[in-house]
Order: sequence, then structure tokens, then C-alpha cells
Amino acid sequence: MNRAPLIDRAHGRAIELDGPDRAIINALQGGFPISDHPYADIAGELGLQEDELIERLHVLLDKGVLSRFGPMYHAERLGGGLTLAAMKLPEDEFERVNAIVNAFPEVAHNYARDHVFNMWFVLATETPERIATALDEIETATGYKVYNMPKSHEFYIGLRLEL
Amino acid sequence: MSEPSTIDEIDRAIIRATQDGLPLVSAPYAAVGEAVGISADEVKERMTRMLESGVIRRIGAVPNHYALGFRGNGMTVWDVDDEHALDLGRIVGELDFVSHAYLRPRHLPGWPYNLFAMAHGRDRGEVEAKAATIRTLLGPHCRGGEILFSTRILKKTGLRLVA
Repeated sequence: MNRAPLIDRAHGRAIELDGPDRAIINALQGGFPISDHPYADIAGELGLQEDELIERLHVLLDKGVLSRFGPMYHAERLGGGLTLAAMKLPEDEFERVNAIVNAFPEVAHNYARDHVFNMWFVLATETPERIATALDEIETATGYKVYNMPKSHEFYIGLRLEL
Repeated sequence: MSEPSTIDEIDRAIIRATQDGLPLVSAPYAAVGEAVGISADEVKERMTRMLESGVIRRIGAVPNHYALGFRGNGMTVWDVDDEHALDLGRIVGELDFVSHAYLRPRHLPGWPYNLFAMAHGRDRGEVEAKAATIRTLLGPHCRGGEILFSTRILKKTGLRLVA
């Protein structure tokens, strides 16, 4: 995956990432230290100054090269519910149903996909029990069946987006 | 599979303060402590504990595949023998172009697929080639598969884990 062409999300143009940016992205995909001055620790390993690392992270986040920087929390271990759900919608009903589905605050992500099952959304709820009632409410509000596809197993995913 | 961990109100306050990201300042854990009203040391202890218990999956950067030029993102789905599903999922999850892999329930007759793997490439053709690689790896225990390309992001708020 070397030297991917980089696209500026806002402008659709190529983003130039220099060597230090690539090193930062490769080094920071996990294992950020819990210490008094963690940016200084990492900067030292990368041969950068602490303030340069922080400034570069600001720019990478502003440009959308990174969508997030910080702790990734595990929804289910926080006691909440999480599932993936799909719907099969006629084209002329899609926008109406989309508005209803997106109005549920528990719908975190929603994607249109080119398939008979053409709407796919992630539902994240405060309690596991809320998943079933929210899916029922979506079915009632839209008039269409919701196919619940909670994960039964998650495979360990190494983080290897090497630039 | 995962039981809710014992997190208390102070942990929840730390989660609230960091679910959008870690502060980009020299002493980020002290800054979180200030926001929550506890010491930097207590923030570090609690976050270390949450990391060890799996409440925090990892601390780091989330690269935006799309901004990095990986504009073809396909959800590949496969109908694999249940008795081999765990082994096959593990193999697929180890591929460097797969960012997530899960087992999920079938919904017969319309949805026969139980193994999901998100594949990333620079364009659709590259994702199709990668799906062919997955198909070959799955071998005789796979009865079929499809690629669902996303055509539109309908909603993306990020997971709000703790309100």
C-alpha cells in the first residue's frame, strides 16, 4: 500500500504528505502512550520536536487525513448496544425512509449501497435492550422490514495502513 | 462474548471528555483531568485500567481511507460453512487490505451471507481484484459472495457512546 495518491476531502485535490506525516500516521495507529508528555515521547522516537508533532496532527485532522485521534472505546464493554442493520427499499421510497431512519439519534452511520439491500446503518444504543425496541420503532415508522445483523464474532484486525 | 465492565461515573466523565479526541496539548491527560475535576495521575490510572480491560480498544489515530486515496471501499460478504467460519474469518481478517471482519447471522432466503469483510482499494477495480483474492482463500467452504459498494454516506455522526 505504498504511496497512495492522496485526496483532499474538501477540494478533491491531491494532498501532499511528506515523510514526517507518513511516519506520524504509521506510528500512531495504536499504542499512544499514557504518560505526562506523550507527544514529546513519540516526537522523540520520530526525530521531531513535540510542538511540530502537535501542529502536524492538527493539520492532518483539519484536512481530514485523520478522521480522529484519541482513545477508541469499545461500545459493548461500556454496557451499550451495537448492531448493523439493513433494509430493502424501493427507489422511490428511499429518501422518505432515509429521513425517518436518520432522525433516530441512535443511528450513528448510514450508507446507501448498490444492492437489493440498499440501506445499511449502524445502531448504537445506551443499553443492549434498546436495540430491539429501536429496530421495532424504525419498522413501524417506515413500514419496511429491518434486517438485524449483530456481529456474532469479531476478528482481530491489525492496523497496517502503511503509507 | 463481552461483558459490561465496571466503569463508574468518573470513568464516564473521562469518556465524555475524550470521545471526540485527545487534547492536542503537551500534557493531554492533565487537560482531561482539569475538564473532569481530577488529577492527571488519576486520569492516567483510569485510562490504563480501561485499556487493560478492553473498554478502550487502543489509543491512536484513525486514518480516513477515503482521504488517503483509497476511494473504493467495498463490503464483501460471503456464505461460508458454519463449521469453518471462525477459521476462515481469521484468515480473511489477516489480509492487509481488510479493515474489519465479522461473522453475522444469515437471513434466509434473501440474505445467505455470514462472513463480512470490509475491503479497501484505490478504485472499484482494485476492490474487485481483492475480493477475488478473498474468494480464492475461502476455497471450497464458500458457496458464494458479493461486493456491496457504498454509493452515498447518508449519515455519519460518529458513535456517541456516553451521553
